[in-house]
Amino acid sequence: MNDKTDKGRFDCRGLACVRGGRRVFDRLNMTLKAGGALVLRGPNGSGKSSLLRLMAGLLHPAEGQIAWDSAPVADDPEAHRARLCYVGHLDAQKPALTLRENLAFWAEIQGGGDVGRALDAFALTALADQPARFLSAGQRRRANLARLALAPRALWLLDEPATALDQETRLRLNALIADLRRTGGMVVVSTHEDLDLREAHTLNMADYAPRPGEAAA
Amino acid sequence: MSAFRAILARDLRLALRQALDSLLVVAFFVIAVVLFPLGVGPEANVLSRMSSGVIWVAALLSVLLSMDRLFQADYEDGSLDLLALSPAALETVVIAKVLAHWLVTGLPLIIAAPVLAVLLNMPADGFGLLVLALLLGTPALNLIGALGAALVLGARRGGVLLALLILPLSVPVLIFGVGAVEAAISGYAARVPMLLLGAILAGSLALCPWGAAAALRQALE
Repeated sequence: MNDKTDKGRFDCRGLACVRGGRRVFDRLNMTLKAGGALVLRGPNGSGKSSLLRLMAGLLHPAEGQIAWDSAPVADDPEAHRARLCYVGHLDAQKPALTLRENLAFWAEIQGGGDVGRALDAFALTALADQPARFLSAGQRRRANLARLALAPRALWLLDEPATALDQETRLRLNALIADLRRTGGMVVVSTHEDLDLREAHTLNMADYAPRPGEAAA
Repeated sequence: MSAFRAILARDLRLALRQALDSLLVVAFFVIAVVLFPLGVGPEANVLSRMSSGVIWVAALLSVLLSMDRLFQADYEDGSLDLLALSPAALETVVIAKVLAHWLVTGLPLIIAAPVLAVLLNMPADGFGLLVLALLLGTPALNLIGALGAALVLGARRGGVLLALLILPLSVPVLIFGVGAVEAAISGYAARVPMLLLGAILAGSLALCPWGAAAALRQALE
């Protein structure tokens, strides 16, 4: 572990998100400290995925600010991208490549990582030389999650990571998240299914739904 | 640079495992050219007169046909999100993908071109410059196509929209490409059209990746 995971404070202040002309949420505030975990809850379409994409820098907020150690991430997007690992709905696995090739590609793109260890972390070593097209949804999901174990990152953004996972893999993911938090990393998870995160804050997206009458963006 | 190498290697490997996709482009090119003698008739003079134009138009259409998938797969499977979050600039990603695409579709097309030139009874003086002009022209077409492919990403009927966007932008390549071959056939110096083709390639290499990256960022919003 290097020291970049040792400190940090991740803030969202007055965040508003507009998608396709519709205001999804606004006035959203949250703070995460080193070792913290945040669980996003809310009905479909309440903006959980949008919030995670905002936090990753893939979307830009309509209002408000996202900050790391009080410095707006918009000022230095490269540094922000280098400290986070985002796992979205889509598995980013090329069907024609084997799991090892897929993972080695992502390792090389992010500038390094231990592919063998990452495969091992999600019990994929036995499947490593199978082309991704022959794998089940859960196995592809595991292959995508294995990116988390490639190299230490300070912030994990996980969009419904437990979907399609079996009980054993959920436990492995739980253990990895616990490890991350022990070393001062942070995690934001949107989930319907229960991951057992100790002392996690819960953010209910329904609290930030735009009020009627202000709905027009 | 390691990201550039990684994307190039991955796209080449994917193209080799799905070799049919790139073969289809060359097959389209060959068939499109072969249709002309059938349609116009077997008169050697007529075919010879139009050979360079037919080959260039067919090359242009083949490139167009192959471009609309350039970013589509990465967009649909979520890879594009991760590439946008990687330390590499999206401009680098675009150049690496275009280079890989050109190597697997553009190069085979250039190799097939002299054979088709024989079929169309092109005077042998034009063969060398046809290949050279295609070597300068097809990468430029691919770069322009990448800009179009990034702009139509996520749009319905993207393929047709792509054609409308990039065909007008491809006209200079077509004019100077044909001009170079015609000059060589008639015994004039082909220097000027070749220099202009080179200028178009240099210009599109500087502008298109930048525009395509901006369009990709927009598509991910």
